[in-house]
Amino acid sequence: MDAFLQQALNGLTLGSIYGLVALGLTLVYGILHVPNFAHGALYMVGAYISYYIMVDLGLNYWIAMLGAGLFVAVLSVLCERLVFHPLRHAPPIHDKIAAIGILLFLEAVVQMHWGSDFRRMPTPYTGILEFGGLVLPAQRLLIIVGAFSIMGALHLYLKKTMTGSTIIAMAQNREGAFLVGIDANRVAMMTFAIAGFLAAVGASLFAPINLGYPAMGHLVIMKAFVIIILGGMGSIPGAIVGGLIIGFAEALGGYYVSSTYKDLIAFVLLVVILSIKPTGLFTKGVR
Amino acid sequence: MDRIANFFASPAMKVVLLAFALIFPLIAGSEYQIYVMALAFIWAIAVYGLNIITGFCGQLNLAHGGFFAIGAYVVAILTVDHGWAFWPAFVASGVFSAVFGFLVGIVSLRLKEHYCAIFTLCVGFIIYLLLDKWEALTHGSLGIINIAPPEGFGLIDFTRTIPFYYLVLFFLVLAIVLVSRISSSLVGRTFLAIRISDDLAQSLGINLMRNKVLAFVLSTVYAGLAGGLYAGVVRFIGPAEAEVVHTFDIITYLLVGGIGTLMGPLVGTMAITWLTQAVQSFEEYRMIVFGPMLVLLVIFMPKGVVGTFLTWRGRRLASKAPAKEGQTRVGDSATSSKEASDNA
Amino acid sequence: MLKINNLTKRFGGLAAVNDVSVEVAAGQINAIIGPNGAGKTTFFNLVAGAMPPTSGSIEFNGMDVTGMAPDRIARLGIARTFQTTKLFEQSTVLDNLIVGHRLRTQARLWDVIINAKRLRDEEKKCRAKAAEVLDFVGLSHIGHRYIADTTQEERKRVAFALAMATDPELVLLDEPAGGINPEETENLAALIRKMVDHGITVCLIEHKMDMIMSLADKIMVLDHGEKIAEGTPEQIKTNPVVIEAYLGSEEDVEA
Repeated sequence: MDAFLQQALNGLTLGSIYGLVALGLTLVYGILHVPNFAHGALYMVGAYISYYIMVDLGLNYWIAMLGAGLFVAVLSVLCERLVFHPLRHAPPIHDKIAAIGILLFLEAVVQMHWGSDFRRMPTPYTGILEFGGLVLPAQRLLIIVGAFSIMGALHLYLKKTMTGSTIIAMAQNREGAFLVGIDANRVAMMTFAIAGFLAAVGASLFAPINLGYPAMGHLVIMKAFVIIILGGMGSIPGAIVGGLIIGFAEALGGYYVSSTYKDLIAFVLLVVILSIKPTGLFTKGVR
Repeated sequence: MDRIANFFASPAMKVVLLAFALIFPLIAGSEYQIYVMALAFIWAIAVYGLNIITGFCGQLNLAHGGFFAIGAYVVAILTVDHGWAFWPAFVASGVFSAVFGFLVGIVSLRLKEHYCAIFTLCVGFIIYLLLDKWEALTHGSLGIINIAPPEGFGLIDFTRTIPFYYLVLFFLVLAIVLVSRISSSLVGRTFLAIRISDDLAQSLGINLMRNKVLAFVLSTVYAGLAGGLYAGVVRFIGPAEAEVVHTFDIITYLLVGGIGTLMGPLVGTMAITWLTQAVQSFEEYRMIVFGPMLVLLVIFMPKGVVGTFLTWRGRRLASKAPAKEGQTRVGDSATSSKEASDNA
Repeated sequence: MLKINNLTKRFGGLAAVNDVSVEVAAGQINAIIGPNGAGKTTFFNLVAGAMPPTSGSIEFNGMDVTGMAPDRIARLGIARTFQTTKLFEQSTVLDNLIVGHRLRTQARLWDVIINAKRLRDEEKKCRAKAAEVLDFVGLSHIGHRYIADTTQEERKRVAFALAMATDPELVLLDEPAGGINPEETENLAALIRKMVDHGITVCLIEHKMDMIMSLADKIMVLDHGEKIAEGTPEQIKTNPVVIEAYLGSEEDVEA
């Protein structure tokens, strides 16, 4: 039972990160219909910037996380303005190819600057907490708490603020949003900025218990795509729930079934579900 | 200007290219260059494969590189672990790719645009993961060495560079001729109709799924056979061959050359390969140049070199046809990259 | 020839086509008119198999074709055109038409690989058909022109030719006279009459009243998805329900 709970906690940790990354992705995809393959690269850049600020500049962990978040938010907006905005009327295949181009570029820049070996990011939270037989490293607790706090904050932002509601309006009904004068450009930039911020923060939270390397975004981004297909495009609860499902599946599957192939779980799930239901699990709309 | 353009688009140009390819080993600077060219030919075959599904059906198969790897591994495993000769293993790699391609195709082609791309991306990753982890079958991350070379049946030694250069060239020409024949045939026209519009194709009695799956399987067979050739020529492979970056490379070659054109895949592969060679010191960081290049191309020149050339030439030819009076003009209809085709 | 029974199509709570029943007799020109949003194109989509109906049935030559895939329906002999003509811009007019006869051929990929005689024969057949339909619509003189350089009327004719290349018994024309001037409209009407004279049954959706009134043998009027009237042009012209429907909406009835 202990082992089970232990893995469940691990699953919660994983799920929180996946949820955070998927959240940003689902916002962008749901609102702008852009499957941003470069999102994984943004995640990766977030981790490296965090590392840089902490290790090279010697600053506080939280400042590093914030700095990375802001940096990647700006980077994300740049991608939107320079690449996706000009391509908004092009056939969908162009978006994908352009995203791939961005991804390759970012990875190459990071590799040039920091090399391709694995980096371990330090964290001030190395303590270990114990709850009656369960071991929870402090960093993991931080991840869970941090991720959910951010998701909560995002939820409040979207529901309670003016700009937040414009984003929701665009997600629900693009045409209607235009008609009431919502500025699509601003919404696009905000969405990308938020997505970038979330990815970077997720990476900063996660990096200390994982290694950092230029291709670290690949796996995460693919799983994030699986999550948003499972959870529904543009659905925030879907991204969070989907993230948790995948997180738990991986942790439990990795422990009980096979640790070598645990990464396959998310994709096998995707293959099975899309084979049976080509429109994904939760699609309300026509898209 | 026009005469040069006409020459480029004419069959004579292809004869010139073939002649050049035939004498290349004689004029090349070093054996290494011949080797690079041969490898480029192999990649070009894979790109022709992607062109079939992307150029004809507008779908991006992000597992394409994975099928290349599958083909390579089939040859490797059969020849090294089971003592098969190269040629039977080569045929097997095509068969295996076709079967696997069929399975992936029937699921992925029912999916909408983006889902299809994401799904195939995940399939590509599954392939990589299996190749890397399934040690009993694939030797895992060690890879497989000492793959049997193509047999020359005692006449030719294909372990040497120049012979296998010509072997690969032979297959490339075969690949191009087949694509050309398909695209101008009823089958090719069927694919083209699907590309214009699913609805239109169906109203013409065309079965969408059957044809899309056919195109998909054809494209994976191309990739698989190219992989099989690669294994026999390079004679060692590892899971790295299945990494998604190879699919991205193939996409780059195709985009640069021109999606949906006949000469595009060849032009794109050659251009990028030799460009990379020219900036050798930056080999590892070529993506710093190619990444933005890809983005710029897709924004400003999505039809690639050949596609843009053909459109330009088409406009010039058309501007010489007089307009009739008093008729409702369609105007300069915007053509998207999906509609570029090679009329040569 | 075509029997529609209680055809209904719902999207969510909205019935785009509601309990429509009609019979289309062979060899006639049948028109479907109605204000915008009346469900005309949806009706065509249902008949052509582009979407399955929520309820009701469609019989073609005695066979139940309800819910059949559009490519099968095309092979059974129902062809259609679309409101926005979709053609291959970078190809010639003749080239575009060759694939039209594809559905009557058997050649497969294997035939292409081995360059089978069957393939060559069938390609000849398709080319001959393409030339034949091109001639029928009176465009033989521009067979070698690129689609991108043709006029709107010419493109409409090519679309007709493409539909005819499938050797249909029934052709559904969706707003064939869209975007062309009155003189061109008359030419198109003459072409439609020619098609019927050659044994093809035509069913068309149109907004141009003068064209409909002089062309159609029978008219069906749809409004809000329901059939509100059916009859000859004379009957429809004077039908108060029809007039009401048109005056009630913003429909611009061309004099």
